Amino acid sequence: MSYIIDRRLNSKNKSTVNRQRFLRRYRKHIQKAVSDAVTQRSITDIDKGEQISIPSKDISEPVFHHGSGGLGTGVLPGNKEFVSGDKIPRPPGGAGGGGGSGSGASDQGEGMDDFVFQITQEEFLDFMFEDLELPNLVKRQLSGNEEFKMRRAGISNEGSPGRINIVRSLRSANARRIALTGGKRRKLKELEAELAEQEALDPLLKDHRKIEKMMQQIASLRGRINRVPWLDDFDLKYNLHVKEPIPRSKAVMFCLMDVSGSMNQATKDMAKRFFILLYLFLQRNYEHTEVVFIRHHTSAKEVDEQEFFYSRETGGTIVSSALKLMKEILDTRYPVSEWNIYGAQASDGDNWNDDSSTCSKILMQDLLPKLQYYSYIEITPRDHQALWEEYREVQANFGDVFAMQQIVNVSDIYPVFRELFHKKAV
Amino acid sequence: MSNPDDAPQNESVESPLRSNPISETSEWSFELIEEYDRAIAEIAKGYKLDTYPNQIEVISSEQMMDAYASVGMPLGYHHWSYGKQFLNIEQSYNRGQMGLAYEIVINSNPCIAYLMEENTMTMQALVIAHACYGHNSFFKGNYLFRAWTDADSIIDYLLFAKNYIAECESRYGIDEVESLIDSCHALMNYGVDRYKRPYPISAEEERQRQKEREEYLQKQVNDLWRTIPTAEEDKAEAEKIHFPPEPEENLLYFIEKNAPLLEPWQREVVRIVRKIAQYFYPQRQTQVMNEGWATFWHYTLLNTMYDRGLVTEGFILEFLQSHTSVIYQPPYDSPYYSGINPYTLGFSMMCDLRRICENPTDEDRHWFPDIAGSDWLETLHFAMQNFKDESFILQFLSPKVMRDLKLFCIVDDDQKREIEVSAIHDEMGYQKVREALAGQYNLGNREPNIQVHKVDIRGDRSLTLQHIQYNRKPLGKSTEEVLKHVHRLWGFDVHLHSVQDDTVSASYHCPPQPETSTEDLEVALPVIGWGI
Repeated sequence: MSYIIDRRLNSKNKSTVNRQRFLRRYRKHIQKAVSDAVTQRSITDIDKGEQISIPSKDISEPVFHHGSGGLGTGVLPGNKEFVSGDKIPRPPGGAGGGGGSGSGASDQGEGMDDFVFQITQEEFLDFMFEDLELPNLVKRQLSGNEEFKMRRAGISNEGSPGRINIVRSLRSANARRIALTGGKRRKLKELEAELAEQEALDPLLKDHRKIEKMMQQIASLRGRINRVPWLDDFDLKYNLHVKEPIPRSKAVMFCLMDVSGSMNQATKDMAKRFFILLYLFLQRNYEHTEVVFIRHHTSAKEVDEQEFFYSRETGGTIVSSALKLMKEILDTRYPVSEWNIYGAQASDGDNWNDDSSTCSKILMQDLLPKLQYYSYIEITPRDHQALWEEYREVQANFGDVFAMQQIVNVSDIYPVFRELFHKKAV
Repeated sequence: MSNPDDAPQNESVESPLRSNPISETSEWSFELIEEYDRAIAEIAKGYKLDTYPNQIEVISSEQMMDAYASVGMPLGYHHWSYGKQFLNIEQSYNRGQMGLAYEIVINSNPCIAYLMEENTMTMQALVIAHACYGHNSFFKGNYLFRAWTDADSIIDYLLFAKNYIAECESRYGIDEVESLIDSCHALMNYGVDRYKRPYPISAEEERQRQKEREEYLQKQVNDLWRTIPTAEEDKAEAEKIHFPPEPEENLLYFIEKNAPLLEPWQREVVRIVRKIAQYFYPQRQTQVMNEGWATFWHYTLLNTMYDRGLVTEGFILEFLQSHTSVIYQPPYDSPYYSGINPYTLGFSMMCDLRRICENPTDEDRHWFPDIAGSDWLETLHFAMQNFKDESFILQFLSPKVMRDLKLFCIVDDDQKREIEVSAIHDEMGYQKVREALAGQYNLGNREPNIQVHKVDIRGDRSLTLQHIQYNRKPLGKSTEEVLKHVHRLWGFDVHLHSVQDDTVSASYHCPPQPETSTEDLEVALPVIGWGI
C-alpha cells in the first residue's frame, strides 16, 4: 500500500535556519568579502548581492583520516594497457597515493578550492551597514504627518458593531430592566400577597369581585413588565480606541560635494562613492530621513539626486559658498528644535586662499551648535592644505560632533565610512 | 498536427503487445502516479519484494535541495554545517553544475520517498521502482538494517533530537551548543558500535528515561572520578587500575559515559549524535549493494512493464537513456573519474548473479558451484539479505564483471619508487582483484582504527587514544584539529599515539606538548600490545 502526498505547498525554506547559522558563524569572512566588494564595484551596482568565497580550510569539518604514505592498494576500472607486474611512475604531487584508497585523496583534493556561495542583496546591505548608525539622534518630535498607533480609551456609547463590549452592554441592559420594572414588581408582589390572602379566606368571606379585579391588575402589571425590552439600543456599549501619534525623530542629511576643477575624475569618483554609501545607508536604515544635496565650485547650488551624482558642471573653488547655502536652507526649512541635522562634506582640500578661515568660522559659529554630527572627508593623496588645518581647530573645539578623515584611494572609502558612522558603545 | 485522439487507436491496432499503456505523454498526475505505483507494486510482488508501506511525497526542487542538505534526514536539528551543505548545493544547482538528486529515500516505516515535481512521468516511475521497491525492500530485508536500525522509530527519534537540541540552545546559548555539536560531528564516525547491537531507539522511551539517565550517568561519572582516598593502601592499588579495562572503539560512547566535566545535557547531545551515526552506519556499509539492488530492480521492474505492454516505447527509451547515464563508469584516467561508481558495480554484480543462475558457463560453475544454475530470484534475495559490501564483493564478484569493468589492482608502497600493478582481470589476478576490492569497502580499513586506550583516573585525568596503523598508513593532516575537539569534550589533556608493530611512530597531543620525552613512550609501551 502506498500513500501519495503532495508536499509542494509545504514550506520550502527548511534550510533557512541552517543557512543563517552558517552566515552567523562566518560573519567575519563575509564582512571582509562585502567590504572588498564595495571597493571594487562600479557605483551603479554597488547594492547588488554578492558572491562570497571562504577558504575551505576555514570551514572544514575535520575528521580522522588516513594521510598519504604507507602501503596502499587500490582497484581501478578501465584498464587499457597494464598487465600484472607493470611499474608505473608515481604521478607528480603524489599526495593522492595514486588514487589508492580514494577517501584520503579526495579529502585533500577538495582542500584546494574556496567555498563559494551567494548572498542576496538584502543580506549584502545588512552586512554592509551592520553596526552603523547616525550619531546623536536624540530629538524626537511630533511632526505633521505622523504615524499613529491605536490605544484603548475606555468605553463609549457609540461605535461599530465589531467593537461591542458584550459584558458592559448586558450589564447596562440588566440595570435598565431593574430600574424600569422595580416599582411594578413591588406592586405586583403586594397584589400577589393580597390575592393569596384573599384566596386563603373562608369561601363564604371571599370577595369575588375584588379577586377578579386584583387578577386583572396582576395580569396587566405582568404585561407591562414583560414589555420592557431585554436589550435596548442605548444599552449597547462599545470599546473605545483612540489614535495616538507616535513621536519620531526627523533627520536631515546635508551632502556637500566639491566639484571644482581641482577635483579630477578619480577624486570625484571617490567622493561620489562615499555619498552613494551614505545615501544607501540612510535609505535603508532611516526611513524618514531627508537628504539635501549641495554641489559647489565657486558657487553652491542645491540639486537633486540625479544631478548630484551625474552632472558634470565644474569651476573654481570657494568652499564657504556651500556652507553658506547649507546655513540658509537650514534656517528656512529645518527648524533646529524639530530636526536632527547632519552634514557630510567631501572635498580635495583645495580652497580659495583666505576662504578656509571663513569656512571654519561659519562652521563653529553658525552650524555646529545646531548640528548633531558633521563629518568631513578629504580626498587627496597630497599634503593637507589650509582647509584641513582650519578644520583641525574645529575638531579640537567640537570633538563630539565633528569628525574628519582622509581618503587616499578607493579602498579607504568603506573603512572610513564605517569609522565615521560606527555605532558607539553607550 | 495529428489529432491526439487517433494515436492510441492506431497503436493498439498496430501492436497487440502495447495494447494497454498506462499513459502516453510525459506529463504526470497524481492519478497516474497512483496507477503506475499499483502496477509496479504488483510486478514487485511477483518478484517477492517485501517492502515497508510507501509514503511517496511530491516536492519542488527547492524542497529537494533542503532534503538533500539535511543529509536525507526528513527533520534534523539545526547546525551550521547543514547550512554549508545547503549553500553548496544551491550554488552548484543554480549554476547548472549539478542536477538534483535522482531520488532520496528514507529508511523508515513507512518508507518515505521524494518525487520532484518537474520530472516526467517516466522519471517518476523510475524513482518509484528504484526507491519505493528497490531500496525499500533492501531496508527491510538486509541483515544490517534489521539488526541495527529501527525503521519504526527513527522519525520519532529525530523529532526528539531536534526539540531537545533546540531547547538546549534556548537554555545554554546557540554558540555553546554549536561548538559541542562541532566536536561530536568530528568524532561521528567513531560513535558507532561495530559489534554489539544497540538498543532500538524510541523517542517515547527517550523522553521518559532521559531524566533518569541524566542522574544515573552523573552518579556513575562521579564515582569514577572520586578522588578522596579511602585508605592508605588503596593508593598502590589505584595505580595499577587500568581504565578502561578493555579498549573502547566507540569514542563518543566512552565520552558520554566517562568524560569528567560534561554537564548532563551535554552528555545527552553526545548521545544524540552517536545514535544518529549509528543509524547511518549500515548505509555506509552497504552502498554498493543497496544501489545495485535498487538499480537492478528498477531495470527489471520497468522492463517487465514494457514486456506486459504497460508502457510505451517512448517511455522505455527515456528510461534507458537515464539508466545508462546512472550506471556509467568513467575509466580511471578520465577527467570525470571519481572512484568506482557504486551503481555500476552493484548493478553489474546483481545482473551477473542472475546470469550465473540462469545461463551458467563453465567458468561460473568453477567459481560459483553453489549458485550456478540455481533459482535466480532466491539467490538474489539471499545475497541481499545476508551480506554487506565487503562480504558481498568477496563472495560474488565474478570474473566476468571484473573483465567487463576492466578492473586492475595497484599497490602503492611509499618505500618503493614506483607504483606496481599487482593484478589485472586475468586468470591469475581474479582472486587478488576481488580481495583488494572487497578490502576497499571495508570501513575498518578505510578509516583509521582509533580506540580509547587508557585514562589516567588517579593522576592528571588525561585520556590516551591509540591508533593502530593499517598497512603503515599514518594519520592525516587534520588529526591535530580533531584532537582539539576531543579535548573540548574530555576537558583534560588528550594524547594520541599512532602505533605500528608495537612501536609508537607518531604522537599527537592536545594541548600540544613541545616534544614527547622518550621516557613517556617507554612507559606506554608494555601495555600497548594487547590493544590489537
